[in-house]
Amino acid sequence: MIELDNLTKVFDTPKGAVVAADHISMSVPSGEICILLGPSGCGKTTTLKMINRIVKPTSGKVFINGEDTTGMNTQDLRRNIGYVIQQIGLFPNMTIEQNITVVPQLLGWDKARYRERARELMAMISMEPDAFLKRFPSELSGGQQQRIGVARALAADPPVMLMDEPFGAIDPINRAVIQDEFLKMQQELKKTIMFVSHDIDEAIKMGDQVAIFREGKLVQHSSPDDLLAAPKNAFVESFLGEDRTLKRLNLVKVHEVVSDEIATVSPGDTLETALGRIDDYGYQNAILMVNDQRQPVGLITRAKARTTKGYCRDHFENVPATVTLEDDLRKVASLMFAQDATWLPCVDDEGRVYGQITQRAMTHHLGSRFRAHEAASRNPDSAVKE
Amino acid sequence: MELILYALDNIDLLATRTLEHISLVGVAVGIATLTGVPIGIAITKNERLAQGVLYTASIIVTIPSIALFGIMIPVLSLIGQGIGYLPAVIAVLLYSQLPIIRNTYTAINNVDPALREAARGIGMSPNQRLRYVEIPLAVPVIMAGVRTAVVLNIGVMAIAAYIGAGGLGTFISRGISQSDPRQLIVGAVAVSLLAIIVDYTLLFVQKRLTPRGMELDTSTA
Repeated sequence: MIELDNLTKVFDTPKGAVVAADHISMSVPSGEICILLGPSGCGKTTTLKMINRIVKPTSGKVFINGEDTTGMNTQDLRRNIGYVIQQIGLFPNMTIEQNITVVPQLLGWDKARYRERARELMAMISMEPDAFLKRFPSELSGGQQQRIGVARALAADPPVMLMDEPFGAIDPINRAVIQDEFLKMQQELKKTIMFVSHDIDEAIKMGDQVAIFREGKLVQHSSPDDLLAAPKNAFVESFLGEDRTLKRLNLVKVHEVVSDEIATVSPGDTLETALGRIDDYGYQNAILMVNDQRQPVGLITRAKARTTKGYCRDHFENVPATVTLEDDLRKVASLMFAQDATWLPCVDDEGRVYGQITQRAMTHHLGSRFRAHEAASRNPDSAVKE
Repeated sequence: MELILYALDNIDLLATRTLEHISLVGVAVGIATLTGVPIGIAITKNERLAQGVLYTASIIVTIPSIALFGIMIPVLSLIGQGIGYLPAVIAVLLYSQLPIIRNTYTAINNVDPALREAARGIGMSPNQRLRYVEIPLAVPVIMAGVRTAVVLNIGVMAIAAYIGAGGLGTFISRGISQSDPRQLIVGAVAVSLLAIIVDYTLLFVQKRLTPRGMELDTSTA
C-alpha cells in the first residue's frame, strides 16, 4: 500500500517558483497497479520520484504499508522499492548477473543466495540463465535489456515498485509482449506498483487504477472503466480522446454483455421448423444449428429456410465465428465487422453454445454506463472520488 | 652508420639514461595520477570550483619548462634541493595535473544521467555510485589523460637534464654543448622512441582496464 499525503514539490527556477506537484493525496491498495497518466510536464514523474526521493518533496508525506517514510534513511528506503526507468539504466560495465544482483549485494546477501536469486529472476522473465547471465547489457536487444531492468528492480523482492515509462522506448510489438509478460508476473507477485505513462492505451491495459494529472494537480483517480465512462471534465475527456468509448471495448468481457437466450435447431430438424423458430424469435437472418453436444456446427439462413424443403443437416452454412466468455468486446466488434454480422454465438470452455452477443447489446451496455454516470454527475456527491 | 655505432658503443649508458628517464616520468606522473584523479572527482560536485581548478591547471601548463625550473631553484634551494631530481619531478607533476584532472572531471561528468539515476534509485550511496559505476565507466578516459601526461612529460623531462636531473636529455644537452651531433641525435631519437613505445604500452593497459562490457559497446569506443 502506497499513500501520498499532500505531497508537494516546488522548483525554484530563474523565472520564479514552479509548482510541479500540488498537494497530491492518493493511495494505491496493496497488489494493485496505479498508472499516473498525463501530458508531459503534468507532474506525474515528479510525483513518482518523490516516493523514492530521487526528487526531494517540498512538503507532504509518503507512507508505505502504513509506515511514514519521512524519517527513513534514503538508501534503505530505495533498496526496498523496485525502480525501473525508461532509459533502463543497466550498468554497461557489469554482466547481467552483476546487474540484477546489485541490490541483494548492497543488502549484504551472501554469494550463494544472490546467485541463486539471479537464476530465479531470469526464469521469472523467461530468459535462459546460462545463455544470458555472463553477458553484458550491450549484447542484448532493447526488449531484453528492459526485462533485465525489471528483474533488477525485483531482485530483493520489494513490496513496492516504481516504474517510470518502463516500456516507452521499446518498439510497439515487443512492448505489447513485455506488457503481457509483466501482467502475468504481477498476477503472482502482487506488487504494489506506481507506473508513469503518457499512453492512454497502456494505462487502460496495465492499470487497476488510473490517476490523471494536469499542471501539477491530480484531476481524476478512478478505475479505467469509470475513467472512460465518466471523465470528470473537458480536459480528461480530450486527453482520453474522442474514441474513448471504443477504448472501453478492451475492458468489457463478453460475459458481461452476453445473453443466454438463444434459439437453436438441430441437424435433424426440418427447414420448416427452422423457419418457424426464426420467426418466433424474431431473428432477421439466420438461426444457429447445434449438434448433440450443443456445439455450433452451422447456420440456417432465413432465405434458405423459406425457399427450400428438407432437413437442416443438408442445407446449412458455416458458422462465421464464435466468441468465448473471456474475450473482450474489442475482439467481438472486430469479428462482427469482419463477418458483416450483427450477432455472434458465444461458447463456453467446452465449446458448447452458451448464448449470443449482439451489436445492440454491446452498444446498450457501453451506453448504459454513460447514462448512469451522467445521472450521477448531475448529483453533487459525485460517484467519482478525487 | 656512425650514429648506430655510437649508440651501440654507449648502449649501457643509453640504457641507464632511459631507465632514469622512465623512473623520473613514472614517479612524477604516478604521483600526479594519485592527486589528479581525486581532485578531478571532487570538483564534479561544484561547478565553480571546477572552473577555478581547471583554469589554474591550464595556466601551469602555459609556463615554459625552463622558466618553471628557474622559479624552483631559489625556492627549493632553501631545503638544499634547488637542482636535480626533486624539481624535475615537481615540474612534471604540475604539468600532468591538467590532462589528468580534466579527463577525470569530464569522464565522471559525462556518465549517462540515466545510469546515475538508476544507481541512486536502487539505493547506492554516493561512494558506492563512484566505486561501482562512475569510476569504472570513467577509467578509459582517465587513462587517456594519463597517457597524454606521460607523452607530454617525456619531452619535458628531456629539458630537465639542464638542471642535472639526468635522463635521456643528458645526451641532448651534451651534444649541444660539445657540438657533437651524434649525442644530440641519439638522445633526440631515443626520447621520441621512448614516447611512442610508452604511449602504445599505456594504450594496451588502458584497454585492459576498460570494463569488458564497454569494449563491446561500439558507441563508447
